[in-house]
Amino acid sequence: MSTYAQKKGFGATVWDYLTTVDHKKIAILYLIAGGLFFVVGGLEAMFIRIQLAVPDNDFISAGLYNEILTMHGTTMIFLAAMPLVFAFMNAVLPLQIGARDVAFPFVNALGFWLFFFGGVFLNLSWFLGGAPDAGWTSYASLSLHSEGHNVDFYVLGLQISGIGTLIGGINFLATIINMRAPGMTYMRMPLFTWSSFVVSALILFAFPPLTVGLVLMMFDRMFGSNFFDATAGGNTIIWEHLFWIFGHPEVYILILPAFGIFSEIFATFSRKRLFGYSSMVFATVLIGFLGFMVWAHHMFTVGMGPIANAIFAVATMAIAVPTGIKIFNWMFTMWGGSIKFTTPMLYATAFIPSFVAGGVTGIMLAAAPADYQYHDSYFVVAHFHYVIVGGVVFGLLAGTHFYWPKMFGTMLNEKLGKISFWLFLIGFHLTFFIQHFLGLMGMPRRIFTYLPGQGFETGNLISTVGAFFMAVAVLILLINIIMTSIKNERVGNDPWEDGRTLEWAIPSPPPFYNFKQLPLVRGLDAYWVEKMEGKNGMTPAEPLGDIHMPNSSILPLVMSFGLFVAAFGAMYHVDDKSWAIPVLVIGLLITFGAMFIRSVKDDHGFHIHKEDLLDDDDKGAKA
Amino acid sequence: MHAEEKFTDATWPASPETATLEGKNKFLGFWLFLGGETVLFASLFATYLALKDKVPDSSHKLAKDIFELPLTFVATMLLLTSSLTSVYAMYHMKNNHFQKMQAWLLITVLLGAAFLGLEVYEFNHYVHEFKHTFTSSAFGSAFYTLVGFHGAHVAVGLAWILTLMLRNAKRGLNLYNAPKFYVASLYWHFIDVVWVFIFTVVYLMGMVG
Amino acid sequence: MANDQSNSANPNVNLKYRRKKNAEEMKHQVITFTLMIFFTLLAFLAVAYDGFSHWFIVPFILLLAAVQVAFQLYYFMHMKHRGHNTIALFMYSGALVGAITILTFITITWI
Repeated sequence: MSTYAQKKGFGATVWDYLTTVDHKKIAILYLIAGGLFFVVGGLEAMFIRIQLAVPDNDFISAGLYNEILTMHGTTMIFLAAMPLVFAFMNAVLPLQIGARDVAFPFVNALGFWLFFFGGVFLNLSWFLGGAPDAGWTSYASLSLHSEGHNVDFYVLGLQISGIGTLIGGINFLATIINMRAPGMTYMRMPLFTWSSFVVSALILFAFPPLTVGLVLMMFDRMFGSNFFDATAGGNTIIWEHLFWIFGHPEVYILILPAFGIFSEIFATFSRKRLFGYSSMVFATVLIGFLGFMVWAHHMFTVGMGPIANAIFAVATMAIAVPTGIKIFNWMFTMWGGSIKFTTPMLYATAFIPSFVAGGVTGIMLAAAPADYQYHDSYFVVAHFHYVIVGGVVFGLLAGTHFYWPKMFGTMLNEKLGKISFWLFLIGFHLTFFIQHFLGLMGMPRRIFTYLPGQGFETGNLISTVGAFFMAVAVLILLINIIMTSIKNERVGNDPWEDGRTLEWAIPSPPPFYNFKQLPLVRGLDAYWVEKMEGKNGMTPAEPLGDIHMPNSSILPLVMSFGLFVAAFGAMYHVDDKSWAIPVLVIGLLITFGAMFIRSVKDDHGFHIHKEDLLDDDDKGAKA
Repeated sequence: MHAEEKFTDATWPASPETATLEGKNKFLGFWLFLGGETVLFASLFATYLALKDKVPDSSHKLAKDIFELPLTFVATMLLLTSSLTSVYAMYHMKNNHFQKMQAWLLITVLLGAAFLGLEVYEFNHYVHEFKHTFTSSAFGSAFYTLVGFHGAHVAVGLAWILTLMLRNAKRGLNLYNAPKFYVASLYWHFIDVVWVFIFTVVYLMGMVG
Repeated sequence: MANDQSNSANPNVNLKYRRKKNAEEMKHQVITFTLMIFFTLLAFLAVAYDGFSHWFIVPFILLLAAVQVAFQLYYFMHMKHRGHNTIALFMYSGALVGAITILTFITITWI
């Protein structure tokens, strides 16, 4: 594969990526795009922290602060964390179950491009009159009164990228259900695959309410309907419910893959089988199920009444049980293992206390009466950053180091990795730990400045210093990436030497057909099972034969681009611009035209012949 | 290649829609999509129920003032019948009778188009007779969104089935297009499932008050 | 396995038998359809007839709708056939999430 890329010119490589339907390349696209948006969201965070470093600051104005704050949350959740999670799911999941590809390679590519164009659309708001400014939750009572197109960018951008996520989820579900290698039963699936499975199910059921909520918001803002307008009989609470019916499962959509990555890392670097595998699976499924029953704990102060508040408080606290099971299982995995503290393992170890701290404040917030005190204070900000940064971001950074060699065929530098780990860990706790106390002292969230003499000065300054530590850590990671990419020292199948699951049994990066012969899975941690029997590879489950592969296509990009164009038409038609409706129509025509072409043009894929596979073998031996 | 292979009645598999891996994936993926659609329509129903009869003032018509039994009944019969005709189409697909399948699909499409025509007439009637519009009240917004979403699904279904029929008119059935016909018929049934709830919850319960 | 949903596992089973089975199934489909039309008529009649209280009509027509939908799913969409377990799991999960959403919207949205 890499030899192919080297032979190609730059233009051909770009075209290859624009049209690819290979899950490994789509993973790289997700990683680059998600990483880019992560940096953008990080810059927004830095502006927030600089503005709040000292009282009465005028670094940015109040209105701009609202925009930056909204975009920080929206970007980090939808455009950074989600795609990075998808990057690892794409890169690893098909390999872990021993599949040659995902169930719907075309849909997989379409999902990426929809996310990408949605994200670009959302961020173009900075240059076209101002970014969304009603918070990442965009409550209707506030967002309907936001002047200009700011919130329109939120509505349309998220709608486009949301559809991409939804079809991505369906693709992973079908892949896991239908494409497992011989012997790979459900209860032999690695935990990252299990958590991806549960996450995809959550996506399937959580994104439709968001879609509906965004459609209603779009109708209200752009087409004159009255869903959230109380003067015409509307009800603003509808948005809040729809948003959180999506929004709460969404946080589990983010954290469960991180749990999955950590489970792989703990087992690998403790060089022990994951403790309590079946209880881990059970806990993952239970968290997924309970994740749908608790959304209204975000709305305790709305006035739903004591019965509703009580039910949702109890349901929320119940989630602590499966999460606790997981925490203990990870610790018991380490117990008595011969532990290697590599960079991923450092992140995993640091994750446990950090995440538990976020979990504990979660239980505090789940107590409805107490929540009336914490609500909309920095205590909440501290809580969700502890779970999202201490859980999800740690998981993504750990995954980046852990799976980098599998994705790119070269290791990240361990020394630099450890430096950025320590900086990030220290910076993270510096930034957010103090915010618990700021919140308890009464500092409200989402304010653009505060007065001197209220006791908020020291805490905020410490918090800002911590943010700079994290920024430096990310910079060092970027330097690490650039440095090691230039050096480009190639690694073999199992660069960590203790790989347990199928992905470590094949070359890094894998050939585009993944497995020359589908492997026979003979137990949990399939590769480890073979290693323990003294074999250095998987037993094939089939004779060498022709391999069927899907064709590349530019249509996913075209379809997504059409919606991107249409979104501009929908947005500017409010201003009575004469070109708006034609643009809307043209955009939709592009999308539906591409769908029509996809539908009438047969796509049978192609076959790699047995002889070529044998040739590949020789080449590999020479290189 | 393989999927385009011609079959005789005897070699045609009993379940052609899931005879290939692509077919199996399509079959499963589409059902999963329908699971998501269930939540989508549930959200729209929930919104409708929360906003039913919510109007700015008493000059606006309510559900019990505007809905009529005969119109809804005819629309329901059209769509229910189209469900049966698409079952017939799939019956002939399993028997490898391409022409009969096309004929039944055509009837399905015609019934669906009649339903859609009736819906357009109905909306038009409400707008002009009762001033019940998309922008007149929250009730109007919710009603047109829920029923309109269903109508849009019908329109998409019509375009989809027609495209499939025309594209494959000359080449007949094979294992490449059999799953496509099958999932299109699943989609059509799902539209009917949603309609059963719409006529019950929106129209009948609306008339009861 | 979950995806093996053919009604006759053996493709070599003779054609006549398969045709007969298909025809038999089609007969069941027509019976199902007749019942569905009948239930629809009942629902419309219940609403059209003046004598019933609204406390009877609403649960009654909702029940009829549920039965009709079960017919659609299990007969017309073949969910009763083997190999639809995974599918049923996901459809029921979707229905559960949807039901909770609807319950919420008719109880705790300040109505």
